[in-house]
Amino acid sequence: MTMFEAILLTVATAATPLLIAALGELVVERSGVLNLGVEGMMVMGAVTGFAVAQYTGSAWLGMFAAILAGAAFSLLFGFLTLTLITNQVATGLALTLLGLGASAMIGESFVGLPGIRMNSFYIQGLTDIPYVGRFLFGQDPIFYISILLTIGVAWFLFRTRAGLTLRAVGDNHTSAHALGVPVVRIRYLAVIFGGACAGLAGAQLSLVYVPQWVENMTSGRGWIALALVVFASWRPWRILAGAYLFGAVTIGQLHAQALGIGVPSQFMSSLPYLATIVVLVLISRNKRLTLMNTPTSLGKPFVPDR
Amino acid sequence: MMRIEIVKRPQHSALFSALSPFIALFLTLIAGAILFSILGKNPISALDSYFVEPLTEVWSIHELLVKAAPLILIAVGLSVCFLSNNWNIGAEGQFIAGGIAGSILPVVFPDFQGWYVLPIMLLLGMAGGMAYATIPAYLKVRFNTNEILTSLMLVYVAQLFLDWLVRGPWRNPQGYNFPETVQFSDSAVLPAIWPDSGRAHWGFALAIIAAVLVWFMLSRTLNGFEIKVLGRSSRAGRFAGFSAGRLTFFAFLVSGALAGLAGIAEVSGAVGQLRTSISPGYGFTAIIVAFLGRLNPLGIIAAGLVLALSYLGGEAAQISLGISEKSARIFQGIILFFVLASDSLIYYRIRIVSRLSDTALKGA
Amino acid sequence: MKKLMMALTVAASFAVAGPVLAAEKLKVGFIYIGPPGDFGWTYQHDQGRKELEKELGDKVETTFLENVPEGADAERSIERLARAGNKLIFTTSFGYMDATIKVAQKFPDVKFEHATGYKTAENVSVYNSRFYEGRYVQGVIAAKMSKTGVAGYIGSFPIPEVVQGINSFILGAQTVNPNFKIKVIWANSWFDPAKEADAAKALIDQGVDIITQHTDSTAAMQVAAERKIKAFGQASDMIKFGPETQMTSIVDNWGPYYIERAKAVLDGTWKSHNVFEGMKEGLVVMAPYTNMPDDVKKLAEETQAKITSGELKPFTGPIKKQDGSEWLKAGETADDKTILSMNFYVAGVDDKLPK
Repeated sequence: MTMFEAILLTVATAATPLLIAALGELVVERSGVLNLGVEGMMVMGAVTGFAVAQYTGSAWLGMFAAILAGAAFSLLFGFLTLTLITNQVATGLALTLLGLGASAMIGESFVGLPGIRMNSFYIQGLTDIPYVGRFLFGQDPIFYISILLTIGVAWFLFRTRAGLTLRAVGDNHTSAHALGVPVVRIRYLAVIFGGACAGLAGAQLSLVYVPQWVENMTSGRGWIALALVVFASWRPWRILAGAYLFGAVTIGQLHAQALGIGVPSQFMSSLPYLATIVVLVLISRNKRLTLMNTPTSLGKPFVPDR
Repeated sequence: MMRIEIVKRPQHSALFSALSPFIALFLTLIAGAILFSILGKNPISALDSYFVEPLTEVWSIHELLVKAAPLILIAVGLSVCFLSNNWNIGAEGQFIAGGIAGSILPVVFPDFQGWYVLPIMLLLGMAGGMAYATIPAYLKVRFNTNEILTSLMLVYVAQLFLDWLVRGPWRNPQGYNFPETVQFSDSAVLPAIWPDSGRAHWGFALAIIAAVLVWFMLSRTLNGFEIKVLGRSSRAGRFAGFSAGRLTFFAFLVSGALAGLAGIAEVSGAVGQLRTSISPGYGFTAIIVAFLGRLNPLGIIAAGLVLALSYLGGEAAQISLGISEKSARIFQGIILFFVLASDSLIYYRIRIVSRLSDTALKGA
Repeated sequence: MKKLMMALTVAASFAVAGPVLAAEKLKVGFIYIGPPGDFGWTYQHDQGRKELEKELGDKVETTFLENVPEGADAERSIERLARAGNKLIFTTSFGYMDATIKVAQKFPDVKFEHATGYKTAENVSVYNSRFYEGRYVQGVIAAKMSKTGVAGYIGSFPIPEVVQGINSFILGAQTVNPNFKIKVIWANSWFDPAKEADAAKALIDQGVDIITQHTDSTAAMQVAAERKIKAFGQASDMIKFGPETQMTSIVDNWGPYYIERAKAVLDGTWKSHNVFEGMKEGLVVMAPYTNMPDDVKKLAEETQAKITSGELKPFTGPIKKQDGSEWLKAGETADDKTILSMNFYVAGVDDKLPK
């Protein structure tokens, strides 16, 4: 394996959880709901995935359980914000608080246990293709799911009727409602999808990235995922680009450190964040483009008048 | 099958405005009792150590004020932002920027002493927070860049910058190369209000003053009116001749200044030196406080105290009953959920209806 | 106002009533920087607490507060423990130093023990561990086992404790291979498993074939296991995470110290002190030497024995600093103050320390 290949794989592993969680949140936000609880749902997914894999001995079952856990946890957010019309920003933050606490409690007995790693595929022969062989044909299942998910979300949002409806709900819930669209139900489904994705992203952390459970192991990745959605101006393919860009800068700064270039590590560590800001400014200078993509009803409460 | 239906009230319910905190408290007590019973603890004593114990001792009340001061200061500033639809998520970064800027005097010029040191520090702290908040404001107005993202990213940058500063150029030369600055001299420490009974410092008084001033500005001045109009609908605001760009700067500057003030007040009053981490996430917790206080500065005072109490109570419960910090955090989340849900009663009526008659949910 | 006064009197009477109660059962409090579930720093302190409970049984009662942030919250948490009747309080992170001193002034009859700091008082002791002794042994092993002659080192923050480890490691390695090199990556975090894993991968991709870390999670060990190279554990025995990978691990063993100090309070012999203890006193324990040939194992055991007996001190000259200037002359050993405040590299480290 050449160094280029190795770095490409490392970047993919770092980018995948961000990509998955951000795709989920993208759908949620496209439906007009802002769920700031990604970090909480992700960490719940991580602990559930780890725990179920431990009990059953199967990483796959762990992954499915994580997806369910993320979805179930997001329902709590859905019930509060969609049925009881609580403030979305505050509820999302509270969800993160709850998720971090609950996962720590659930995971108490799993600390210090080696996890079960989800095995990578190796398609014999194809992995030997120079530069991209391992990247394309020798990775873990969740990597492939993340790519399929990107294609799927892009297709769903922009090529299907249901996707059009979902975007309509996000852009103007009042007129969507007037046209007979079940706004609240669609938003519920979007929130659950977002929770499932966050759960899956968490499972990637505890089953692939670092197969172990420790408290707070998401270390702020849910927040990065949230930032990526805005960064990508609510377009799936740009999320893919953003996640890999973020991953590349993160890994790049570690390599630069190992080479001993002598720049304070704090400046190197802040590069991914500064790079995100710069790219975002460059993108958003094109006003028409961003305005076109921003879901106008984002974060606004919706109460159907009967 | 039954389901819950929400109907908007024609007017805010004054009754539920007053009742909702009590409903939330009642529900929290029940849920807390259940949670603690499941954990095998006596629910009454658990709730007692949460809500009563921290209030029975004077020193603990001081600590409550110490904890609440930064939360209130930041949340009051955020209320101006949020009311005007400016999503400043980066108060944590502005808090740090204020802490750094305010510490220039006591760290770089420790010999500079006198009564004027503190006022200069506080002003510098506010200036630092303002300057840092200007970045997302400028990017938003000039390039239309989303402020949620930029302000959040700048938090990480501020944390790392502080880290570098305290480990590098500002490190205490006599401190065994540990990452902390010199201890501030007495004239650079924000004094305690009642030094005999505890360490609550003037930061809390500043928080109350800020809350009252901002409340006055929002409810009694044209500026406040402008904020609310533009916040509700930018189109209506433009018709009225208000400039959204100018207002964005104004909101960010106010919240940056207050977050910066909170930062230097915390560093000077509660810690007494600059360290690599000066905030356990006050800037984020304050977002919750702002909404719990319904974006009303006076409500925020109450909300800040409640949230501070939940921290202290969690700690008391850890000690007196051995309830783990994890369940303390879960309980805190539950409190927030109930408070948020109960507040819905002010604006909405909740009806339980039978599903049979309903067709609106079918088809998609 | 009346209530306030009443509460004041109650508080005061508590402070007076304290010492009488202490005769029955010693209450011992701990302040933790992280969760005991970090399987690293805090985990080991909590193991020490459990050992203390086991050893002294019903003579002691322990409480702890976890995830206490350094700064304003620390002072309150320590004071709360003191007010809850704890007569011996261990504050287990460097950043609690000033808070410990402040609270100690208010509670003269309570004994405080602060880990890894340097400020003492009548009722405040400081205890620290010579982790670097273990690093020296690891350096010797690394140089024997490495084919590339380069080891990767994942640091948390450039504080003296970590710099001591890096220097000691390379000095040990140079006794075997004078040209041995290490590459350093700072994670800027004590605890971020994914980032630590990334750092380990980056180091391996750059050609190191031994990984050692001064961060708390087991992530780097797992990466090394996956990439089939050797590694050292940190803070606790991480063999479960790399059964064919871990060669040894530095285990922070606080139990004996906690037991000794609690006994001293019970006997009434507790005195404030400032100790810096290592292998000899049992604070630094090496996990079993595994995954290495017998000759390397023998060399490691000999090195450990020499350090334990005091015959070998890792920081003994001749040692040159990274910039080529002389630090210690032949035979000269570094004093504790220089070790405790170490902020320079010795020759052979392929990194620049942030100034």
